[in-house]
Amino acid sequence: MSLVFYIIAALTVAGGLASMVLKNTVHCALALTIAFAGLALFFLNLDAQFAGFAQILVYIGAVAILVVFAILLTRGSETPKGGVFSRTWLAGLAVAAAVFAVLGWAILHTAPMLPGATPAPAVTVQQIGQALIGRYVLPLEIVAVLLTAALIGAVIVAMHEKEGTK
Amino acid sequence: MIRNLDQIFVLLQHWLVNFLPASLQGTAGVLINAAAIVCVFPVLFAVAVWLERKGLGRMQNRLGPNRVGPYGLLQPIADGIKSLTKEDIVPLSADTAVHFLAPVLLVVTAFMGFAVLPMGRNMVLVDLDAGLLFYFAMGASTELAVFMAGWSSRNKYSLLGAMRAVAQMISYEVVLLLSSVVVVMMAGSLSLTKIVEAQNHYTWGIPHWYIFTPWGLAGFIMYAIAGTAETNRSPFDLPEGESELVAGYHTEYSGFKFALFFLGEYVAMLSISGLGTTLFLGGWSAPFSFLTWVPSWIWFFSKIMLSIFVFIWMRGTLPRLRQDQLMNFAWKFVLPMCLLNLMVAAIWRFMGDGWLRWFVCSAILLLAYAGVGLTELRKKNIGPRSYRYAE
Amino acid sequence: MTPLAGYLLVAALLFSIGLAGALTRRNAILVLIGIELMLNAANLNLIAFWRYGPHPEALTGMMFAIFSIAVAAAEAAVGLGLVISIHRHAKTTDLDQMNRMKG
Repeated sequence: MSLVFYIIAALTVAGGLASMVLKNTVHCALALTIAFAGLALFFLNLDAQFAGFAQILVYIGAVAILVVFAILLTRGSETPKGGVFSRTWLAGLAVAAAVFAVLGWAILHTAPMLPGATPAPAVTVQQIGQALIGRYVLPLEIVAVLLTAALIGAVIVAMHEKEGTK
Repeated sequence: MIRNLDQIFVLLQHWLVNFLPASLQGTAGVLINAAAIVCVFPVLFAVAVWLERKGLGRMQNRLGPNRVGPYGLLQPIADGIKSLTKEDIVPLSADTAVHFLAPVLLVVTAFMGFAVLPMGRNMVLVDLDAGLLFYFAMGASTELAVFMAGWSSRNKYSLLGAMRAVAQMISYEVVLLLSSVVVVMMAGSLSLTKIVEAQNHYTWGIPHWYIFTPWGLAGFIMYAIAGTAETNRSPFDLPEGESELVAGYHTEYSGFKFALFFLGEYVAMLSISGLGTTLFLGGWSAPFSFLTWVPSWIWFFSKIMLSIFVFIWMRGTLPRLRQDQLMNFAWKFVLPMCLLNLMVAAIWRFMGDGWLRWFVCSAILLLAYAGVGLTELRKKNIGPRSYRYAE
Repeated sequence: MTPLAGYLLVAALLFSIGLAGALTRRNAILVLIGIELMLNAANLNLIAFWRYGPHPEALTGMMFAIFSIAVAAAEAAVGLGLVISIHRHAKTTDLDQMNRMKG
């Protein structure tokens, strides 16, 4: 468990925690970006270069900006009067703590049975390309159709309605 | 001796690293290379600033700066001293943390792109297998810095400028990626060193640069358009249009932070020119086979400075595009042409060698361009040209 | 503790932080942010198991994570479009006030 792992873990968990706790919504979105960057560093640490760069490109380059635009379009940067946590915050926190307790117990209980340090796999982008067109061509095409549907759907849902058809 | 001159920086780095014990040599080598990049490109930034001011001045029929040093060559130093000594004004209601971090993030992500550009034979900082993907990942992070700058200033003009800039950058990011994918398709690798090596062959003295093929030329033109839009340069500089929005998203920045934005913009320009030369203009390879004795890094930097000159030329010549015209252009014209270019490149690959594929591919691209252009022009009723002269 | 257990614990922690945020925050967009955090934690799990698993050359874990990134981006786009549309109708994104189906 090297020092690099602890630093990246601290960064990611701090970013995630800040994104759920801060009052200003735009600050939450920027802390989420830090969490995304920390996860990309994790992927690079795990020798998954393609996944790491794709994470930066898609999440930081597109999803974070999308979230920020949505916050600005819904006047989210003004803090609400009734506080930022809902009335039932205690139940939510308890559920999340219970989930973490169960997951943590499962991991620590099976820790001796997990595989140890294995040598790094040498993955080239060419292998990923071959896999995408060879073995995973059906998921690739389905994801393409899904993205097209999501694109059209998001535009239609968020479009201004025509004035006469209210 | 010629090979030594070509590899002079590599040999210099090896000589410096040999002074250290063996355990530190790896990190020291990387640190020396990174320090070289961080030192060289700001010098190129100073040269580009001087070139811009003198070049724009001459194109606008006036002298540029000519007081500070011969031909104004020391003007960038004077600019630097000015921006370092100006007072750093932060608005009272600005979000101080985000306001401070925005220029830092911009400059960091702009410099990160240079890590994968091959600047000469064996002169790349990190030879990543997915080098092009890393470059675009760093480019995508620049947009967030622009938004942070505009939002944290708590200024409606800054926010408006930032939103326009981000919308423009996202639209043209897609075009940039698609026009680079054609090169990846033909070279067979995302690694930039392999892309340059695929272009380093000569037939009858002329190199196999991708710009000398029909799909490469179309791709290069679209890459150049997208690159100009990504760095918010004229004719796509509405977000920082001086007559429109004061200064757009960097209105509320003064002193050194403004200098950082300026540096970030020009370094991004140098970076995009660097990637453009790597992908389409053959990187560090010489234009004719009898010129290969000139060191490779001289060719790379000359091509970058040539691209910078073309950027400045476009700024001095073309009028500014309006925001909706710009977005229309990206989504309705350039993006379909990019997809057509991908198909044309595939046809090129499967037709095999010969003059027929040149004819077919050029015909497809020219017909599509002319067809779309003519149908769009017919919709606008443009009368005969009329001139108005000053009395 | 093996490296794999470390990554799994961090992923579990991120997942529960995202879950806590999605269940306790009022603003609809912050709930979506919590969901994104949960999806990212699952991706980390996938890549960690791919790396330390028996057959990393089969690329299953990496492929799964890449498709998950693509689908999460699509879902974020549609979700945020919905939030914008609701805001246009109800003039608020406060989830405590949107507790009835009647428009």
